[in-house]
Amino acid sequence: MNLLIGALSVGLLLSLLTLGVFLTYRVLDRLDLTTDGSFGLGAAVAATLLAKGVHPVPATLAAAVAGWLAGAATGVVHTAFGVDTLLGGILVSTALYSVQLYIMGGGDVSLAATNTLPELAEQAWTALGGPPTVTLFGTPVSAANIAPLGMFIVLILGSMVIMERFLRTDLGMAVRATGDNPQMARALGINVGLMVTLGLVLANGLIALCGALFAQYQGFANVQVGLGIVVVGLACLIVGESLTGRRGPSRQIAGVLVGTVVFRLLMAAALRAGLDANALKLVTAVFVLLALVVPAAIERVVRRPARSRGAA
Amino acid sequence: MSHPQPVLELSGLHHTYFPGTPSEQVALQGVDLSVEAGSFVVVVGVNGSGKSTLLNAIAGSVSLDRGVVRFSGRDVTDWPEHRRAAFIGRVFQNPFSGTAPHLTIAENLAIASGRGRRRGIFHWGLGAARRAALAERLDAMDLGLADRLDTPTGVLSGGERQALTLLMATIVRPALLLLDEHTAALDPRSAERVVRLTDQTVQRDSLTTLMVTHSMHQAVRLGDRLLVMHRGRIVEDFAGARKRRLRVEDLLGHFDRLRNTDLVDESAAEMLRRSYV
Repeated sequence: MNLLIGALSVGLLLSLLTLGVFLTYRVLDRLDLTTDGSFGLGAAVAATLLAKGVHPVPATLAAAVAGWLAGAATGVVHTAFGVDTLLGGILVSTALYSVQLYIMGGGDVSLAATNTLPELAEQAWTALGGPPTVTLFGTPVSAANIAPLGMFIVLILGSMVIMERFLRTDLGMAVRATGDNPQMARALGINVGLMVTLGLVLANGLIALCGALFAQYQGFANVQVGLGIVVVGLACLIVGESLTGRRGPSRQIAGVLVGTVVFRLLMAAALRAGLDANALKLVTAVFVLLALVVPAAIERVVRRPARSRGAA
Repeated sequence: MSHPQPVLELSGLHHTYFPGTPSEQVALQGVDLSVEAGSFVVVVGVNGSGKSTLLNAIAGSVSLDRGVVRFSGRDVTDWPEHRRAAFIGRVFQNPFSGTAPHLTIAENLAIASGRGRRRGIFHWGLGAARRAALAERLDAMDLGLADRLDTPTGVLSGGERQALTLLMATIVRPALLLLDEHTAALDPRSAERVVRLTDQTVQRDSLTTLMVTHSMHQAVRLGDRLLVMHRGRIVEDFAGARKRRLRVEDLLGHFDRLRNTDLVDESAAEMLRRSYV
């Protein structure tokens, strides 16, 4: 049970990563490789501040702000210098590797001796009179496990609701139009470069926040933590879309949440069943490749009549 | 008597595609034009005569080598496209260009309603009142789209999309409406329908309009002024009674004369005959 709660907690917190990837890959229709860098950056900023004795809440918020800056950097490289977002993201992400090393003053930071958000949640649980163990489906679960899960649920659901609402405001619709049809967006007075930058800023803020939570949950940050994380986000996104479909922001965002949790549970099950942990990234990458290629191949074979055109 | 300010003034527009390369192509070589408020100007010309480039230069999606673009006296030559959009409504030739396919009809219209305004996070995208207002506008077009507000535009037919794009271009009254062969990609029935809607909309709102067309029948039937473009220049300008008297045969004869004066080469004349007769 504790293992399941662990997988569930990681799945929930990683859904912020998937939400960021959704915002760039689906809403803006651009693959943003800043993701790897901003995830690691978020982990580095939060861990370093925590190790210096900063309270977990401002340390976590500072990580999100660092992610905004990373997204803004890619946006500026794209809009001011005309470099496409894919290359811009690679450049920023590469540069961030050094930035992380400078921030952490080395390759990794341990959080074993510091107060973190999950511990804060546990303290709040106890302070509010929560019992030291809870029985779920007949198994005892410790407060150290259940309290962080509760915190993640509140935090993640809040972020999802805010994002869903945002995408339906005038500004949010302008961002969506920019990704869906930039020519139309320009003709209707939308500053496409600005909207792309805004999307990148919001997405990388979420991703850095996710990195910060991940580091605190794991109890350490290292410079490798973000490597290839964009592929994990894509895998979760694809799982979610296969479950909820892609019609409208509400369904898509529900898919982000469900997809990430399901993907994490599948991975946890695979590892328990004996999958070599070293093969995790290989398996994830192959999964994303298949998920992208197989439906198109099936379509070709079955020769369904052409559906409505569209890339996003 | 003081003359009213023209809505659009172009002077000395020049544009060359791929300058200095083997595929260099001169698209505009000195276009001067003044369009008065409320006039409906039709532009014709063979492929490559520069008519689409002219529309793009006005909208700001093509940047000029030389020349000045003014809206109501204001120099907007250096304005980017999205800023000029405060004055301009546009319908493109490609029915896929004007709408966002994964967004619903209501969302597309709501985005169009924001043209020329600041887009914030405090304005709710689609409240009940706004939806009702949008449904009413759609209903007036009589396309059966009013009860399909939540349908993604990606599933609409070409004709429905162009009609919707026309509504989107005019839902906030544009100082200038630009129509770039907006019926060329449609089947004859849909094209006729969109032409009728266009005429109705332009008359009802007395919109200042610039329409590029390939159809001689549309050119003769619509508008109160007709420009013939050739090799990046306006070579003929029919207005007032001259425009009203113009018949399809006159226009074809005119293209023949253009050819005879060696402004048009043989292949262009052949193309004209094939596409217009």
